[in-house]
Amino acid sequence: MIQQLKTGVLVIGGGAAGMAAALSASRAGVEVTLLEREEKTGGVLNQCIHHGFGLQFYRQELTGPEFAYRLQNEMAQHSVKIISESYVRHIDTKNKYVEVISPEGVFTIQAKAIVLATGARERPFGALQIPGDRPAGIYVAGLAQRMVNLENTLPGKRALILGSGDIGLIMARRLTLEGMEVLGVVERLPYAGGLTRNVVQCLEDYDIPLYLSHTVVEVRGRRRLERVLVSEVDDNFKPINGTQKWFDIDTLVLSAGLIPQVEDLGENLEIDAINKGFAVSNTCETSVTGIFAAGNNVAVFDLVDYVAAEGWIAGQNAAQTVQDKKRTSKRIPLIRGKNVGILVPSYITPEEHLRVYLRLRKPMDKGTVVLKELNIEKPFQYGVPSEMINFVVNRDKLQELKKPVRIEVVE
Amino acid sequence: MKITIIGGGIVGALLAYELSRYAVDLVVIEKKHDFGLGVTKANSAIVHGGYDDPPGSLRAELCYKGNQLYEKLAESLGIPLKRIGSFVVARDTPEEMEKLSELLKRGEKNGVDGIEIVEKPFLEKHEPHLSKEYKYALHCTHTGITEPWTVALAALEAAEKAGAELLRGDGVIGGEVSKGNVRSLELESGRIIETDLVINAAGLYYHEVANSFGVSTPQVYLRKGQYVLLDHKASTMVNSVIFPLPSEKGKGKLVVPTVDGGVVLGPTSENMPDFTPEDVSTTLEGIKEVIEAGNELIPNIARPNWIVKSFAGLRPETQEKDFFIENSNTLKNFVTVGAIRSPGLTAAPAIARYVIEEILEQRMSLDLGRQKADQVRTLKSFRVNESDLKEIAARVKDDEKYGRIICQCNQVSEAEIIEAIRKGARSIDGIKFRTRAGFGRCQGGFCTWKIAKILSRELNIPLSEVRVNEEGTVLFDGKVRV
Ligand SMILES: Cc1cc2nc3c(=O)[nH]c(=O)nc-3n(C[C@H](O)[C@H](O)[C@H](O)COP(=O)(O)OP(=O)(O)OC[C@H]3O[C@@H](n4cnc5c(N)ncnc54)[C@H](O)[C@@H]3O)c2cc1C
Ligand SMILES: Cc1cc2nc3c(=O)[nH]c(=O)nc-3n(C[C@H](O)[C@H](O)[C@H](O)COP(=O)(O)OP(=O)(O)OC[C@H]3O[C@@H](n4cnc5c(N)ncnc54)[C@H](O)[C@@H]3O)c2cc1C
Repeated sequence: MIQQLKTGVLVIGGGAAGMAAALSASRAGVEVTLLEREEKTGGVLNQCIHHGFGLQFYRQELTGPEFAYRLQNEMAQHSVKIISESYVRHIDTKNKYVEVISPEGVFTIQAKAIVLATGARERPFGALQIPGDRPAGIYVAGLAQRMVNLENTLPGKRALILGSGDIGLIMARRLTLEGMEVLGVVERLPYAGGLTRNVVQCLEDYDIPLYLSHTVVEVRGRRRLERVLVSEVDDNFKPINGTQKWFDIDTLVLSAGLIPQVEDLGENLEIDAINKGFAVSNTCETSVTGIFAAGNNVAVFDLVDYVAAEGWIAGQNAAQTVQDKKRTSKRIPLIRGKNVGILVPSYITPEEHLRVYLRLRKPMDKGTVVLKELNIEKPFQYGVPSEMINFVVNRDKLQELKKPVRIEVVE
Repeated sequence: MKITIIGGGIVGALLAYELSRYAVDLVVIEKKHDFGLGVTKANSAIVHGGYDDPPGSLRAELCYKGNQLYEKLAESLGIPLKRIGSFVVARDTPEEMEKLSELLKRGEKNGVDGIEIVEKPFLEKHEPHLSKEYKYALHCTHTGITEPWTVALAALEAAEKAGAELLRGDGVIGGEVSKGNVRSLELESGRIIETDLVINAAGLYYHEVANSFGVSTPQVYLRKGQYVLLDHKASTMVNSVIFPLPSEKGKGKLVVPTVDGGVVLGPTSENMPDFTPEDVSTTLEGIKEVIEAGNELIPNIARPNWIVKSFAGLRPETQEKDFFIENSNTLKNFVTVGAIRSPGLTAAPAIARYVIEEILEQRMSLDLGRQKADQVRTLKSFRVNESDLKEIAARVKDDEKYGRIICQCNQVSEAEIIEAIRKGARSIDGIKFRTRAGFGRCQGGFCTWKIAKILSRELNIPLSEVRVNEEGTVLFDGKVRV
């Protein structure tokens, strides 16, 4: 009764990263199966009905669903086998073997290479440790977005947004457009968490106040949310006495960060301590040979273009594994130096171009990214943590590499 | 004879379950929209060993008995029970050693078997992550953990199968008394329930309910306990229930594995200045306190990334610090089962037997007829999460909904959610407590809307009427602009 399937490359997760991986692997001529746990592929793109996707990958400004549609269409042309509503219950990373539950039945898949593209989840309210009541009316932004954009329902009447990540900013505008009153966006950092263009287009254009260095310190409401206490905070995020103010709202939308989904996908895969995602090399390979990862489960990326580009590389390398092409599995550490927060990749494999994505630890008027061991300096102006700095190092420069490479940002 | 039980927490539920085996008519009345959502919802969920209650108290008498009765209960009702054992840990100082041996002596006085003081090598072997500061511990092998609301729900389901009538979302506000007997109860909705006997098992409200019938009971005050729930990953660091030494304020702040693989830290012990039985809010200090205490027992267990949520519960306390289980001396047919503080969960099965045998049959000389034999009932729902691949495959073949996983974190299928609705879930929380859907690390971020749609479809109500729990807790409030 348990069907046993076989494939070349198995892609787990059908968001931008997974679709791009499936496509590139398929184009390289190997058999590809993609497992998606939802009813359809697209991932978070499906609910991002705003513009701003694809400027680099497709050189055209698309909405999320449009971006997804292009990849879906191409996948169909390249006969990628998609199994939707499939839940991966167990992965044996060593043997590339997975157990899957789906409405169609229970089955196992024996693959030759696996690409993990499981995206990120939102940090839940409970994890924020905000004291007070536990009323209805508190939503993670993605849930609110889903309800509004795909179910045509509104969460409430008066909202406050906690966290100025992109989803929070986008939702401030969306809820306003759909007729809710948005009292503001509250951010504990002294700068916005999302892209500058979103601060301008979603808040400033709609006169929605952005409260920087502020946070919600208490939640009240017996049944539905009634009010929240907002306070200014100091550099250590401690509330400053005398700055507290109550906001009467029935809806609190949280955009308090995304967490790479790495759980239950194999115990033995190395996790990057800062990114909290799979530690991959520039071939997108994880610490286990033949297991690749790309997209938001590696690090939270700001643009879908980067995610798709990484997925594409992951698919190519997975295909090469299947085709037994000669690949080195050399992993030379890329080490964080000063001012570097999120950083992809964690390792360098000299055979592939090195695409670096990094987030600054703090905003800087200007600075220089330095990779001393590679003799590389990249100056930049106006860098903010919300916008990734990215550049490519040609693989020719990597050939002689033996020792770890340090990357730092000097002011 | 018609017996009415006020309160559908674990105490009312197990009373109903036990009474349903006699020749009586039963009604259970719960004022919340679902059962088991009072004190029974937020506690440490420990089936205590029975060694630390004051000898001679009702608590001591009923705790160990209850602990032993859980075995049968788990078998009959299919409720989760894991006897993972417990350690009360002590440092190598004369005071702490003294306290530990006092505890052992108290246990022996309470007639508790299976406890002994163990030393470091044993401790290290069983709890390798425990702080190295602790050198000795009182080990109790029969300490268990369970899922309290599941016990209440399963017991009520069994009672209902045996003929009990279950009412909910409608509280008792008073009643008619004549000639020293309660004749009928009046509910919030205006409904009148005639009755021959009333059992007041109203949890935090026992005093209020008794008062409304002019029955005097010990004054209740509230003591709050705050908790932090940790991700399943934390369960790799602890195997048993870990207690510090008990103090004046109670059993202390613990590290407790949960039956579904998480870990809970807490509780605090805070006397509430006023009677605020619905205030289960948490505070910054409380959260901090339990995190620090957890880290003191098991260093680094409360990692910021592992914190899933915080919650709080209230204990009904009295000056006497003991359960109050008495038939009224003013009303002939009114029994109060009140002040059921810790270890009420553990004692609950024994409390039910005590009420029947000691109060109803002995003191009140009621003839309940002969007790029918308890049948092993297979009420337990199928759980994908707890089944092997073959079993799941067989299920999916018959019903594809077993293969549609709705809650990804806890692996709960659509079929399980539909079954929960069939068994009485009417809200997001009702589903959550019956199936664990939405209980995992994403806290419903991914699945809440799906569950809402299933509720809407199965109950045939618009999405705008889907509630999180009580009336007024809607999730969807209006339509987008068209
Ligand atoms: C609100 C919002 C606004 C954004 N705005 C922009 C923008 O304007 N411009 C831009 O360029 N980028 C934007 N982004 C970023 C970009 O969309 C994302 O970074 C990108 O889509 C992430 O793709 P992914 O494939 O890594 O993850 P996801 O899209 O999350 O895809 C992961 C997929 O894997 C599936 N999955 C997960 N676990 C499993 C499993 N165990 N088994 C099977 N399937 C699984 C999921 O269901 C999902 O379909 C935005 C993101 C958000 C959330
Ligand atoms: C912090 C904390 C930790 C604890 N830890 C443990 C532990 O580890 N082990 C242990 O054994 N015990 C523990 N306990 C004790 C245990 O949880 C309680 O003793 C037990 O849950 C009490 O159950 P109950 O049925 O009496 O109360 P409840 O669950 O509160 O049930 C009473 C019900 O009556 C209903 N009700 C009230 N008024 C009315 C009315 N007028 N009409 C109709 N219905 C009404 C309420 O809504 C409620 O559902 C702990 C308690 C707390 C607070």
